[in-house]
Amino acid sequence: MKTTHKIRDGKFSVETWEFGSGEPLLYIHGAGGLTGFDPFLEELGKDFRVIAPHLPGFGESTGGELVEDVVDAALFYHQLMDELGIPSAHIVGHSMGGMLASETAALDVHRAKKLVLVGSAGFWLDEHPIPDFFALDLSELGSYLFHDPKSPIAQLFLAIPDDQEQLVEMYVERTKRLAMASKFLWPIPDRGLKKRAHRIAAPTLLLWGESDRLIPPVYAGEFAKRIKNTKTETLKAAGHLPMYEQPEAFIKAVRGFLKS
Amino acid sequence: MKFTWFHLMPYRYLPDGFKDKYRSVWVDIPRNLYDPKIGHRLYNDYLDQLELADRLGFDGLGVNEHHQNGYGLMPSPNIMAAAMARRTRNAALVVLGNSIALYNPPVRVAEEFAMLDVISGGRLVAGFPVGTSMDVNFCYGEVPATIREKYYEAHDLILRAWKEPDVFAFNGKYTKLRYVNLWPKPLQQPHPPIWIPGGGSIETWDFCADHGHQYSFLSYFGYKAGKKVADGYWKVMAKKGKELNPYSLGFAQVIAVANTDKEAEELYAPHMDYFYSRCLHVYNGFADAPGYRTPSTIRAGIVAQVGKEASLRREGLTWKDFVDEGYIIAGSPKTVRERLTEAMKSLNCGHLMMLQQIGSMPPELVRMGMELFAREVMPHMRGLWPNFQDKWSPNPLPEPERAMPAPIDLRRVETNGKTVHAASPAAHESRSAK
Repeated sequence: MKTTHKIRDGKFSVETWEFGSGEPLLYIHGAGGLTGFDPFLEELGKDFRVIAPHLPGFGESTGGELVEDVVDAALFYHQLMDELGIPSAHIVGHSMGGMLASETAALDVHRAKKLVLVGSAGFWLDEHPIPDFFALDLSELGSYLFHDPKSPIAQLFLAIPDDQEQLVEMYVERTKRLAMASKFLWPIPDRGLKKRAHRIAAPTLLLWGESDRLIPPVYAGEFAKRIKNTKTETLKAAGHLPMYEQPEAFIKAVRGFLKS
Repeated sequence: MKFTWFHLMPYRYLPDGFKDKYRSVWVDIPRNLYDPKIGHRLYNDYLDQLELADRLGFDGLGVNEHHQNGYGLMPSPNIMAAAMARRTRNAALVVLGNSIALYNPPVRVAEEFAMLDVISGGRLVAGFPVGTSMDVNFCYGEVPATIREKYYEAHDLILRAWKEPDVFAFNGKYTKLRYVNLWPKPLQQPHPPIWIPGGGSIETWDFCADHGHQYSFLSYFGYKAGKKVADGYWKVMAKKGKELNPYSLGFAQVIAVANTDKEAEELYAPHMDYFYSRCLHVYNGFADAPGYRTPSTIRAGIVAQVGKEASLRREGLTWKDFVDEGYIIAGSPKTVRERLTEAMKSLNCGHLMMLQQIGSMPPELVRMGMELFAREVMPHMRGLWPNFQDKWSPNPLPEPERAMPAPIDLRRVETNGKTVHAASPAAHESRSAK
């Protein structure tokens, strides 16, 4: 369920989705933000205390102007954890959120008990350039994000409202999210994680959709090379959003790793 | 009424079917479409045209900055202004302008503009655009979310660099300098007039009003669509209690003048088509990086200049549509006089940025249009704003105090007193890129 946390004397008002109880699990979303309908979080709530905040500048969270780079973002997550009374947690990060989760874990090695990086950004390989996500048209986006862009779930994600007013609002929201994301990802999604990734102490699962055409699975190898203790798992019939496209396999992999 | 003769310096030889074969004229246009030998002729033709505009009595010569594209080949307009500073005499050098957030440190722009102002005897107009999203975000990699803040900081630094009498330190967020000390300083004191070109971002209206800069609205939708933006600007000016002086607004307009309305269509239509279908063929994903335009501009419903929505608006328009809807002002001198007067009055605009060379237009057609306009349109419109003073044009040194470049005979090469003929006048005449 949705709650709001005021932190840093109210400078940040943080929209947070929380489910279940048990060991804390911090979920860090990607450039698309949370959808407000993320059944995989609820499902993980059966085993963990899931905390999924919207990064400032996303959704209803405010204070985006105070988060200008990956260090600001990592410090924001540190502070949020402190104010929620969870000095350490399992951290699951997706795409841009994987990059921020890695920074959160590298800048303070005591924060992450275990780390799960899903289709994570953070590195750049000249031989495998990541498509220019920001320039992609909605009509092209599907084939980069989904194993099967024609599937009902993909169609739901890619739907464009008929109503003009709704369309403008959707466009404004998308612009707001991507403008925040551009602080970490524009024009090349590399902000020096390669200098810090070696510090990550937590056991790390690298979880990739085998058909991820946005950040292809070869990038899992790059994380494996730079982080000490990793395990790699690839999900079949999944693209860049495996938690929506193959939720069962996704949950099984995450739960299995965190429970082991 | 003042007239700035503006050049975009397009590539005139984009292949037929360009729109279907390639996704964008900007950012990732294939490099093999550019032939530098043709480019050599084009730059020189275009500079000839700007120099002619000076001799024909236009008030300003306009150049601007764009990157990685076939629409306008001036990555550095300052180079063009430097060439013109020596070979023109009267017209203002309207550099519209330098995308100041791109330069590190931005005092580089303050220095180069000061040089241009000093060389030209105080004829510079300093333009500070944010730059198109294609240019600043996609070609030059600036983060869309911070480009405007960086722009404002660069603006403040440049103005201080021009105005402060002593060396100062600048501790900005994007630029940190222990010693700012501008040599040379501009000839116009405290600084050249500043024009802010905009494509319709509503924040720019406040910015211009607060600083007293001239606002130049650059659009290819023409004067009828431009009225919405002009009205928005004047509303802000009125609200802030500023004088509604027409000279504080510039407006860009494509103008195609011929002897008759019919001749105008015959001569110009193919080149208009080239301009709208090739030069403005920008991939939608490059038109507007997320964060480049603010939510308020998006909500205001101002369509980006290029991209899918802009193309859709222009899709299937005929010559008659382009004329009727005011995208272009075209026809006989009489028609152009009437339409242009109506346009300037409806916008309350005193500075026209006129485009007479666009797309694939060859030099002889450009020359014809320029001469007709200078002779049969411009004189009739001079007195359009008798009750207003133009506070946004340069204030050059009086003629007797200005240096005169030494005359040269370009056909002779002088080596230790021995004269060699480099080229015959006849050969010179045939060397345009037509």
